[in-house]
Amino acid sequence: MVPFAGWNMPVQYTGVIAEHVHTRTACSVFDVSHMGRLKLTGNDAESLLNRLCTRNLTDAEVGRSYYAHMCREDGGILDDLIVSRFESFWGVVCNAANRDKIVAWLEKHRSGTDVELKDETAATAMPAIQGPKTLDLAQDMMGEDLSTIKRYRFRTIELMGMPITLYRSGYTGEDGFEVVLPAGIATMLMPRLLGRPEKPHPDIKPAGLAARDTLRIEAGMPLYGHEISEDVDSLTAGQSWCVDLSKDFIGAEPMRRLQEQSLPRRLVGLELEGRRIARQHQEVWHGKEKVGTITSGTLSPTLSKSIAMASVGAESATEGTALEVDLGRTRVGAIVVKLPFYKRPK
Amino acid sequence: MNVPTDRKYSESHEWFTEGDGVVTLGITQFAADELTDVTYIELPTVGKKVTAGDAIGEVESVKATAEVTTAVGGEIIEVNATLADQPELVNDDAFVKGWMVKIHPDSSEPLTKLMDAGQYVAFVERAG
Repeated sequence: MVPFAGWNMPVQYTGVIAEHVHTRTACSVFDVSHMGRLKLTGNDAESLLNRLCTRNLTDAEVGRSYYAHMCREDGGILDDLIVSRFESFWGVVCNAANRDKIVAWLEKHRSGTDVELKDETAATAMPAIQGPKTLDLAQDMMGEDLSTIKRYRFRTIELMGMPITLYRSGYTGEDGFEVVLPAGIATMLMPRLLGRPEKPHPDIKPAGLAARDTLRIEAGMPLYGHEISEDVDSLTAGQSWCVDLSKDFIGAEPMRRLQEQSLPRRLVGLELEGRRIARQHQEVWHGKEKVGTITSGTLSPTLSKSIAMASVGAESATEGTALEVDLGRTRVGAIVVKLPFYKRPK
Repeated sequence: MNVPTDRKYSESHEWFTEGDGVVTLGITQFAADELTDVTYIELPTVGKKVTAGDAIGEVESVKATAEVTTAVGGEIIEVNATLADQPELVNDDAFVKGWMVKIHPDSSEPLTKLMDAGQYVAFVERAG
């Protein structure tokens, strides 16, 4: 257990690589209860969120979740979030380390509007159940057809008289559910999922946050503080797919100006020679010129290759470009490759 | 904590054994566990002259990269070549199969300043 943003975090259980491989082949449970869970109600909740989020939430479907950023006026990313449209309210899941900041940002902008904000983080728990066997196992357990919950959709069901929301999403590149439920029943539910210590479930195993990180890197997903931060806007961070510049939102103006030119910096995938791992902040070189920095890197357990994401100048961002990464004592060659590194088989 | 009593320990979590004029060096099981799955190990070449306090290699895991520092100076007379293909041996068995280098020391005197097993356990517990 490692302290992080006021929480004790389960970083690993049996071993990072074993947990990673198990998630890619079977089913893992990650405790991501540290993530912030906020609830917005009121007539102006939609317009408030639409003004603060990069994604267009006008006419958002009930039962659907949207990945989006909240940005400052200058485009700097305050956080990345999952915004979910319920029948009578909106749910927002944010990063643990940014929760206070996002609550303050929402508080500031809701003043004078009909929006009520409730922080439900402490009252609820959030296991993420991920891996190719998740759907079958979850359906067996719940006795319910869950295949009708499509990707980035959610459904609230009742278990032991309590509401449980199943979101068909995740941060591993695998199929699965992120589950939000009352904190009290989570402790009862976990043994049902994982089995008893003397008779652990053969297919469902706990996995830690270190494996979650290697999984999300393979899947090319950004992590706050690495690929995205207040120092970078959503376009430069390579996340233009979650940005709708045809609507107005805080941070849109500087991104429109960037869009008009060609983006000077890009997020790229790199495959490194050998087995050394590139770490955040290490320099990326193109010939004699320093062209960027590493944002995340790992040794991919699935591909058995050293992979990294990096922010580099546009002239060095074309697939196939041969670059070098300065690992401190040595430099190793790296080739620009397409993101993501891993896509689950359909 | 599993800490053999037949050797000496540094504050940077290396262990040292001495016998027949040869010092063997590795990292402790505590350090290996902290690093998590080791994915790469860089060791010096045989014949290299090293000075006490030198970083002589690197151990890398998905989590972090750590330097391996020698407490004695001398000549590297053997390296554990198996670790190139099986870096996980350091996780599985840091104190035996995970040994890293053998050094012919100029002097084994620096070893007397290192911690014994009991002191090392207390050191780790204080730090943790």
